[in-house]
Amino acid sequence: MIDIFVKRKKQLVIFWTGIIVVTLGSMIITRYDPVLGITAIPKAIIWACSNFYPTEESLSKLPKILSKLRETIFLSIAATTTASILALLFSLFGSKTTNDNSVISTITRLIASVFRNIPDTVWAMVLLFSFGQNAMTGYFALFFTTFGILTRAFIETIDEASSDCVEALKSTGASYFQIVSQAVIPSSTPQLISWVLFMLETNIRSSTLIGLLTGTGIGYTFSMYYKSMNYNAASLVVISIVVSVIAIEFMSNYIRRVIL
Amino acid sequence: MEISNSPKIGVISGLERHKIRKKNGKIKIKISGGGQHAASITIFILIILTIYGFCTFDYKDLNFLNASYELLANLRTVFLHPKPTHFTLLEGLYQVIITLGLAFLTTLIGAAFALIIGLFAAKNLSNEYLSNAIKAFVAFIRAVPTVLWVLIFAVAAGLGSVAAVIGLSLHSVAYLTKVYSESYEEVDSGVIEALKASGASFWQIVFQAILPSTTTSLLAWTFMRFEINFTNAVAMGAAAGAGGIGFDLFMAGSFYYDLRSVGVIAYLILSFALILEIFSTRIKNKYLT
Repeated sequence: MIDIFVKRKKQLVIFWTGIIVVTLGSMIITRYDPVLGITAIPKAIIWACSNFYPTEESLSKLPKILSKLRETIFLSIAATTTASILALLFSLFGSKTTNDNSVISTITRLIASVFRNIPDTVWAMVLLFSFGQNAMTGYFALFFTTFGILTRAFIETIDEASSDCVEALKSTGASYFQIVSQAVIPSSTPQLISWVLFMLETNIRSSTLIGLLTGTGIGYTFSMYYKSMNYNAASLVVISIVVSVIAIEFMSNYIRRVIL
Repeated sequence: MEISNSPKIGVISGLERHKIRKKNGKIKIKISGGGQHAASITIFILIILTIYGFCTFDYKDLNFLNASYELLANLRTVFLHPKPTHFTLLEGLYQVIITLGLAFLTTLIGAAFALIIGLFAAKNLSNEYLSNAIKAFVAFIRAVPTVLWVLIFAVAAGLGSVAAVIGLSLHSVAYLTKVYSESYEEVDSGVIEALKASGASFWQIVFQAILPSTTTSLLAWTFMRFEINFTNAVAMGAAAGAGGIGFDLFMAGSFYYDLRSVGVIAYLILSFALILEIFSTRIKNKYLT
């Protein structure tokens, strides 16, 4: 009885010392100063209250900002939709319910894993070499990561949702395409759409980052105002992003409630 | 929820549905609910918006074929001929560890705050208004992309690790508050009621019922956030001068124009991300399903 408590206490002590050591180590190698960090927060709030709000002068830039925002949103939608079509195809090869060939299945999963685990930042940097400061750079960076993430999510969804139906149809002698079109797709569609919507939300946020790095879209607009210290206009960019992200989240939550 | 949205499926269940016949006497085999309809409308709208998007993008006279060909050549250089030129492999490894440190710090700070804020955001532990207020505030924080938070803090704290840590932590707090509060809400209401009836205080309920029964899912979520923060930390190094491997990536890509170094960095990040993903999947499969 007492042994268990002593052992538990020991484990807890080891766990917390581990956390503290790693934390201190992280602080040292990243050169993070906690005092500076804590004092920066009130400073940032005071600065934001006195500088970071849209003025009438910056409102005149709203049409320009909105047209860039529109481009970024459509870019995310296009990247998400096209990537999800390719991901669906790949997931049919990767899923164990729709593909018995374990070699092809493993290769598919491996390809998806590479695309998913190389961050969009890296893709953006590589694409910048060949596509330059172009909307297509952002499009492909989003496309690659979205493809990787969705292929994995789709494989899991298909395996979860449709293995019983597939077995039933197989026993009746249905062909591969009949199984896919009559069992796999219908039984997993709501989940698949839910994943696509989730990626859409994520991509609108990441496209800002990619835009900042590659000099396109709303991210570039922000960094232009930010670097020229036109903080009023920059705040307007942030507000317009927030409004569009929340609006899209709201819409996709509504769609999810209806289809699931 | 499902039943109220698709009354046809809700009312007709089990064997009953097989009795439905069409006008010509054939048994009806497809039952269309509101959900299926909404799903096809969603797909249709997404495809239309995609086509519209492709038609209106500003391509700036891009020669697509040339660029794609160049991309393939570049990808070959990146992945088949990686070579570190202005840093050694060991230095690169150290930079990845800095990035990992950044991810660890921000996840820890995020988890510590979210653990407490999440309690007040959970509907079964606090009141409705406070819960909704916190959830709305947290949704606002999450709606602003991480990089913008970091840049906003950078005006006050200067570009560097301090701004990056605060900005990334803020986003982590918001994300983890949301998922933690959802975990808290899943705790059996009977347990809380029983403790309340025996006169337990709020903190007694938290420490004796809520935390013990949610520990595993909290840990799983936290590790998932660590994975996200690693990717974010790479991005902050590239976009906001936060140091680590992201900064090297930015220098190699935008300053030295050195694809072979980019290749080394890509492999370094990929290998660490893969290890994290394997861990995360294991933890998720063990505790979250």
